[in-house]
Amino acid sequence: MSDPVPSVIDHPGRAASAAPPAPGRSSRLSDRLLAVAFTSPALLLLLAMSVFPLLWALYLSFTDYSATRGGPAAFVGLENYTAILTSAQVRLRALTTLIYVVGAVALQTVLGFSIAYLISRRTHGRGLLTTLFLVPMMLSPVVVGLFWRFMLDAQFGVINSMLGSLGLGQVEWLTRQRTALISLIVVDTWQWTPFIMLIALAGLTAVPKYLYEAASIDRASEWFRFRTITLPLVWPLLLIAVLFRAIEAFRLFDLVYILTSGGPGVSTETLSFHVYKVAFLGFNTGTASAYGILMVVIVIVLTQLYLRYLNKLKED
Amino acid sequence: MAVSVGEAVSAGPAGDRTPPARRFGGRGRSVLEVVLLAVLAVVMLFPALWMIETSIKENRDVYAIPAKFFDFTVTMDHFRDVFVASGGTRSALSVSFLNSVVVAGVSTVLATVLGVPAAWAYSRFAVRAKKDQLFFILSTRFMPPVVVVIPIFLMYRQVGLIDTKLGLILIYAAFNVPFTIWMMKGFVDEVPAEYEDAAMLDGYTRLQAFWKFTLPLLLPGIAATAVFALIFSWNEFVFAIFLTSSDTVRTAPPAIAGLIGGTTVDWGLVAAASVVFALPVLVFAYLVRRHLVAGVTLGAVRR
Repeated sequence: MSDPVPSVIDHPGRAASAAPPAPGRSSRLSDRLLAVAFTSPALLLLLAMSVFPLLWALYLSFTDYSATRGGPAAFVGLENYTAILTSAQVRLRALTTLIYVVGAVALQTVLGFSIAYLISRRTHGRGLLTTLFLVPMMLSPVVVGLFWRFMLDAQFGVINSMLGSLGLGQVEWLTRQRTALISLIVVDTWQWTPFIMLIALAGLTAVPKYLYEAASIDRASEWFRFRTITLPLVWPLLLIAVLFRAIEAFRLFDLVYILTSGGPGVSTETLSFHVYKVAFLGFNTGTASAYGILMVVIVIVLTQLYLRYLNKLKED
Repeated sequence: MAVSVGEAVSAGPAGDRTPPARRFGGRGRSVLEVVLLAVLAVVMLFPALWMIETSIKENRDVYAIPAKFFDFTVTMDHFRDVFVASGGTRSALSVSFLNSVVVAGVSTVLATVLGVPAAWAYSRFAVRAKKDQLFFILSTRFMPPVVVVIPIFLMYRQVGLIDTKLGLILIYAAFNVPFTIWMMKGFVDEVPAEYEDAAMLDGYTRLQAFWKFTLPLLLPGIAATAVFALIFSWNEFVFAIFLTSSDTVRTAPPAIAGLIGGTTVDWGLVAAASVVFALPVLVFAYLVRRHLVAGVTLGAVRR
């Protein structure tokens, strides 16, 4: 091996040494084989562990199967689906989920973008600041949930202790209906604000400096520059981050499980937590599967939206 | 897209966006911004610091009202309790940490071995409906785990994979393969295909060209990707809690969560276990900081 970069002289040499069509076809054929051989193991694993289970869930969703009762599953048609879609309980969970997703993602976006904007205006210590801000995001939701549960404890939690020393009243963060949902939103915001910040910062640092320079020559105001240069250039990337977070928040289970277990009452019971209760506490596997399939449909719609934006961003 | 976190994270010469004394009052504003940033940083970091502080406090200081911020007695007892049970034997928690190492490690190796060749094939060859395949692959990663776990649970019960490490390894590998393919495809795209073409002109086959010339160039990318897969598996909770139950198989996240099951909670122990659990993740995340944007978006947003 002398030089990895092909020189121009090589090409006529190859063309002369072999009859043109034959090696082309065979090497294309072996390329095809190689592509199949290299992609199929990964695809097979996905088929076995993602697609097959979902198809099974789809089948179960039309039956009254129960994982504990065992026995053969009776076909019940669309009964599970109509039961879910007409249930007032489910509507309440959907509303809880909506409040949680919209509240948490909106807060994260505003906070995350603000922090990113402030960091991007600094000239020194940006690396250190970014690293420090990213810590919450890397922690496991289990650790985050447990720890906030301790901090929000009504009796000896540090948050109430600080409120007390400021002369404010004590709040039962996790044991009152309204505050529990707010606590959930706050904890999720604490953990995922860094995510939005990271992506926004990537967008902000990519804004070409000459645009700002041109604007400052024109004596454009700070706000004008932000509105006409910064925001339009960062917005597409920010939208990706927001959609990504929305999907993740919709799927969220572990934080709810650890922090509130859906309580008090059902005030923090999101859809994904409700699926768990139906499947693993009520053992109505058929109903839970129908429920799961409906959630998957929502996730697929959101994912399609996300991927479409991503594609647009990549093509630009 | 020419977005670089490397630029944002490594405190390089960050340009001269603010020339000195550009405008009257600019300095006051700058001070205000620094103060605001400092306050936000304290708020964001406080819970993590409080966790570390709780892990080295004596029990009566842990439950002190009002909370003690500075004047507490330092002890390493909680950390000892994480690893050593009361009888001097190995604690259930330390076993779960070992299980986590095995499960996260093996599933990461499996995802890498399956994902890297696939990523290379998707990058180099004209695969039919390539875009659709790639989108399908990524969308499997977005499935709600609590939904997927229902049929997986039934499936594992049929084949005897419930409460085994192999079961967890397989599901984590399946969960990391889409990420590995997307992340690695970006890295492969950056290596010019001409290197392989040149090697093939020299008589190597395509496979040899990949193995001898492309793969060595991909190693840093593979390392970064594997580290992210490792973090995802290490932190995973939903599959772990539903698919395993015995102490000998259980990984650390459900084991730590199990500490709050009883009537009284030893928060010092919870904090110490959380610190031990989170420390490797933070170290690893720091190592791959240049690839964080791609990593946390599952390889979808490139640098």
